[in-house]
Amino acid sequence: MILRLVLGSLVARALTVGLTVLSIAVSVALFLAVEKVRTGAKDSFADTISDTDLIIGARSGAVQLLLYSVFRIGTPTNNMTWESYEEIAGHPAIDWIVPISLGDSHGQFRVMGTTNAFFERYRYRGGRPLRFEQGAAIDDLFDAVIGADVARSMGYQIGQSIIVSHGIASFSDHEDTPFRVAGILEMTGTPVDRTVIVSLEGIEAIHVDWQGGGRRPGAATPESTLRQMSLEPDAITAAFVGVSSRLELFSLQRWINTYPEEALMAVLPGVALQELWQVAGIAETALIGVSAMVIAASILGMMAVTFASLNERRREMAIWRAMGARPRSIVALLLGEAVLTATAGVAAGMVLLYAALAIVRPWIDAAFGLWLPIDWPATREMLVMLAVLGGAAAASLLPAWRAYRLSLADGMMVKT
Amino acid sequence: MTDVTFRWPGRPGFALTVPAFAMAKGDAVMIVGDSGSGKSTLLSLICGTLRAASGSLHVAGTDLGRLSAAERDRFRADRIGVIFQQFNLLPYGSVRDNILLPLVFSPKRRGRATDVDAEVLRLCTAMGLEPEVIGMSAGRLSVGQQQRVAVARALIGQPELVVADEPTSALDQRAQTGFLDLLFEQMQVAGSSLLLVSHDTRLGRRFDRVERIEEIALTERKAA
Repeated sequence: MILRLVLGSLVARALTVGLTVLSIAVSVALFLAVEKVRTGAKDSFADTISDTDLIIGARSGAVQLLLYSVFRIGTPTNNMTWESYEEIAGHPAIDWIVPISLGDSHGQFRVMGTTNAFFERYRYRGGRPLRFEQGAAIDDLFDAVIGADVARSMGYQIGQSIIVSHGIASFSDHEDTPFRVAGILEMTGTPVDRTVIVSLEGIEAIHVDWQGGGRRPGAATPESTLRQMSLEPDAITAAFVGVSSRLELFSLQRWINTYPEEALMAVLPGVALQELWQVAGIAETALIGVSAMVIAASILGMMAVTFASLNERRREMAIWRAMGARPRSIVALLLGEAVLTATAGVAAGMVLLYAALAIVRPWIDAAFGLWLPIDWPATREMLVMLAVLGGAAAASLLPAWRAYRLSLADGMMVKT
Repeated sequence: MTDVTFRWPGRPGFALTVPAFAMAKGDAVMIVGDSGSGKSTLLSLICGTLRAASGSLHVAGTDLGRLSAAERDRFRADRIGVIFQQFNLLPYGSVRDNILLPLVFSPKRRGRATDVDAEVLRLCTAMGLEPEVIGMSAGRLSVGQQQRVAVARALIGQPELVVADEPTSALDQRAQTGFLDLLFEQMQVAGSSLLLVSHDTRLGRRFDRVERIEEIALTERKAA
């Protein structure tokens, strides 16, 4: 019956209580959304590359190697020689190895030379393979496979002829040796979407007439000659490796890290990803801080509303007192109201979040390749919601204390 | 009440002294006084929301001076039914919930009203209220109806004493008569004592005794 009366009291003040509930709901939804995007981004980030055991490149930093080999950010400081690559590829612990060669670009996108094994071995988001939306893998020297973002933003179709530029953000084009779009990959939400993939030989072929940063003077080597040439590369940028047995992973890594002929390094993608995420973690903390403050603001708002309502509710409290309620019961009443309001707010916030998530999720996945799971709130989110309830109860103590003083002074007689 | 004095803490200008005041069980006593004459303070003392500074104050055989604040609240819930001038009811609660409210704080009165719904119905009918009213929200009732619900609430579980503070002043002349008729009738049935405060001397002839506040209580009032 008390609960019924408290609910009745809340319903009677539907407008202010409703707005309070709404403000808590919005703030909780915001917080949970930030939390979802954060964990979603983190997972999706960690899912950029999977099922690859080691990434091998010239010795630099683990994060740097990861950045240029997987995220195609920054430029490699050094290459590794083809001889080293071949020797490593022959190591018995290696199950598969995919070389990549970076350095050229097409518009805003990087061009990566590799072998067809890349399409087979590269996995993302828990072991998902790359799939062709149209066309197929590289078949010819001048075939290119493009990522979904490249295809969409440039409007490319299968058969389109594209010119690769020398270096990154440069004005010198390999205009004598155009590539033909042979395949378009499905959206993955990984940097593959923003990559033009060609064969290692293709990369070599377009550089036959080039030396350093410029084109060698003289006539261009005709295409037919290029096709006759041996196009084995001198060096590659990095290589992705799968081991035959996880047990040999660390000994292989040590062997590569101490490779005597060349300064190489092998990193575990998971470890490097984590290291990299810590850098991005600052923005994440800021986001959480801001949304926590929004929650705090909405609780303060509730406190202000409760304070404002106290005076007009003195009569109501006098009735409770006359019926034998102790001043302490009045405090409990206000506390109960606050917790009920906050609970309604948290529940509404959850509904808001999941409804919004259900609506925008496909769109977010398509636009950003970010898959936000709809699942039960994690322990951490549960704790946050409990904290909201606790905060609401704590915040109501101040007005409740004032109500206590008022009801002690007023007793049953409200002097107005 | 013997030699009861009361001072508002922190307000030295006002003090109330009651040399002697008593009423017998089952009596209906009216105290007449203008507003500001100390009536409310007197009622608060009797109901135990204020505590006397000195003297002895017995209500229904209990020395209120010996009780803690919590015990006085419990005592009020058990022994006293209260009727205000107006705004007696929680407007958002149903009439039923309003009438049953004192029972929440007093298991003793709850025990006396064996079948609560039957008791609510009986009291409402006795106070001339339609049974349909019971489920209605109290805020939708007229002032006259609300005052009658307040009587039903004061009487549920048969408290020893009913304290009424100007219960008729919000009613018009004809409604006042009807209201008092019903009030007295039900006081009789319940066997409770009635202490009613009013400025309206015309109500006096129905009571066993009428006292003027100036005669039972001395109020000091110094200019602050």
